[in-house]
Amino acid sequence: MTNSLLYRRRRLLNTVNKVLSMLTVVFGLFWLVWILYTLLKLGLGGLSLSVFTQSTPPPGSQGGLANAIYGSVLMTVFGTLIGTPVGILAGVYLAEFGNRGWLAPTTRFINDILLSAPSIVIGLFVYEVYVVSVGHFSGWAGTLALSLLVIPVVVRTTENMLRLVPNSLREAAAALGAPQWKVIMLVTLRASKAGVMTGILLAIARISGETAPLLFTALNNQFWSSNMNAPMANLPIVIFQFAMSPYEDWHTLAWAGALLITFSVLTLNILARWFGSQQNQSH
Amino acid sequence: MNPSPSSPIQPTRTNLDPAFRLVTRGFAFLVLALLVAILGSLVDGAMPAIKHFGFSFLTSADWDPVAQKFGALVPIFGTLVTASIALAIGVPVSFGIAMFLTELCPAWLRRPLGVAIELLAGIPSIIYGMWGLFVFAPLFSEYVQPWVMDNLGGLPLVGLLFQGLPMGIGVFTAGLILGVMIIPFIASVMRDVFEVVPPMLKESAYGLGATTWEVMRNVVLPYTKTGVVGGIMLGLGRALGETMAVTFVIGNAYQLSPGLFNPSNSIASSLANEFAEAEGELYLSSLIELGLILFFITFVVLACSKLLLLRLKANEGKES
Repeated sequence: MTNSLLYRRRRLLNTVNKVLSMLTVVFGLFWLVWILYTLLKLGLGGLSLSVFTQSTPPPGSQGGLANAIYGSVLMTVFGTLIGTPVGILAGVYLAEFGNRGWLAPTTRFINDILLSAPSIVIGLFVYEVYVVSVGHFSGWAGTLALSLLVIPVVVRTTENMLRLVPNSLREAAAALGAPQWKVIMLVTLRASKAGVMTGILLAIARISGETAPLLFTALNNQFWSSNMNAPMANLPIVIFQFAMSPYEDWHTLAWAGALLITFSVLTLNILARWFGSQQNQSH
Repeated sequence: MNPSPSSPIQPTRTNLDPAFRLVTRGFAFLVLALLVAILGSLVDGAMPAIKHFGFSFLTSADWDPVAQKFGALVPIFGTLVTASIALAIGVPVSFGIAMFLTELCPAWLRRPLGVAIELLAGIPSIIYGMWGLFVFAPLFSEYVQPWVMDNLGGLPLVGLLFQGLPMGIGVFTAGLILGVMIIPFIASVMRDVFEVVPPMLKESAYGLGATTWEVMRNVVLPYTKTGVVGGIMLGLGRALGETMAVTFVIGNAYQLSPGLFNPSNSIASSLANEFAEAEGELYLSSLIELGLILFFITFVVLACSKLLLLRLKANEGKES
């Protein structure tokens, strides 16, 4: 009798916890679906051709987000171009030469911390070392801040992906007489191409949605500008400014921008995962 | 077989390996230097405030740009409270999700579900903030807050937490949204560490007749303790430094109160709101000192997280 009571209690506890566990998954998905639904509902209404062809309007008049989209693309592209080579080379060091000495473990440790460090602090840093010395906000300052966010992501994935390359490949290349730099550049890096690409895409996804590091580096610009040396419009800051304003038409544009940003970031994320699975299949 | 120096089979070439090694080493060093540079520039920028206010910067709740009086207590308090709420919500949910993904989920659903949860991390934080302000806060203030305040606001002690105006925005809303934002980070660490538990351990417990919950509670959790705590610390680090989502919904008010529905401020949101418009050396450097404090706290939390996860990895090697 007591045994069956105990048994029933254990079964009950198990069932309750299983149900709770399923509910937590529903809880997580609930927010995802709710946010995406809101974005579609409020964003699609504001999305029209003029969003891509006209610059940000003063309150109460027609306009679009063309200058902000352009500025965001420009800063993201340059930020990626600056950050990626640094990240790949540092990742190569960690994976290929990083088994001895103090530098590699320390760098690995610090890199993982930088990966999760608050991005607003990166903005402060760039403000301190670049904006203050130049004397004005600029697109380059924003680019610099974004490139600093790219580096840790690329370092992390590059190292992980290079470590997946089987040593027999390196040995085969070395046995043919290739010097180590050729082994790395032409064999190991090439073998982990898709994996490194994953890292770059993840980094782009991360920086294209970042707002905090641009607040006091790129600032904003109401007009079309391709001068990287002057304050530059960008989607996240425009969304921030427009959403915080009291004007209804600015809100509509902000939602349209939010929809654009979110779906490009999510697409990049899914693309990165696809590249990642290609990499895993090849081994 | 004695190739002459001029033989075409053996072209003379310079050995580029040391140079290549040096270059990659230099870039690895650059990552380290970046951290030192960030720290150095923040300390340098905060110097005027550190000199002027000294230790009282940490204990004073004044924040008055007009009178040039600055104290970090309110933002620090707000940061810690919102992060605690985020953990209180995020940790149990992440645990449930990780348990579902490793123990209960049918294999075909595992990958799509995992990706969906990870997409929560892909949504930019500004979107969370905007959605929180325009969609969540109005619903929350209309349907949830009045009920909570009527039913819990009158209780002794606990009631203090639930007083204030039902505006929808405030400390609790910020904490809740942060909680949702850190779920993917904690859940993915927990899932990864749960997956390294040797199947033999779990199977022997199942073989003795243990239920799924008992296996989780008595086998998986004790085995992965350090990793789980490491994952929680990672989530905490994220929650502490999150900027835009909090800026939208915390209400931006420098007031110290226990009420969770009251507006307050976090370090990151103070910076986001005020830095670009701050004038005067003391004001700017006080804000930079806030940034320095934030960087210091997150650095310690993230370093603990990393150390715990490394320790789990080291133990794994020993036992296998």
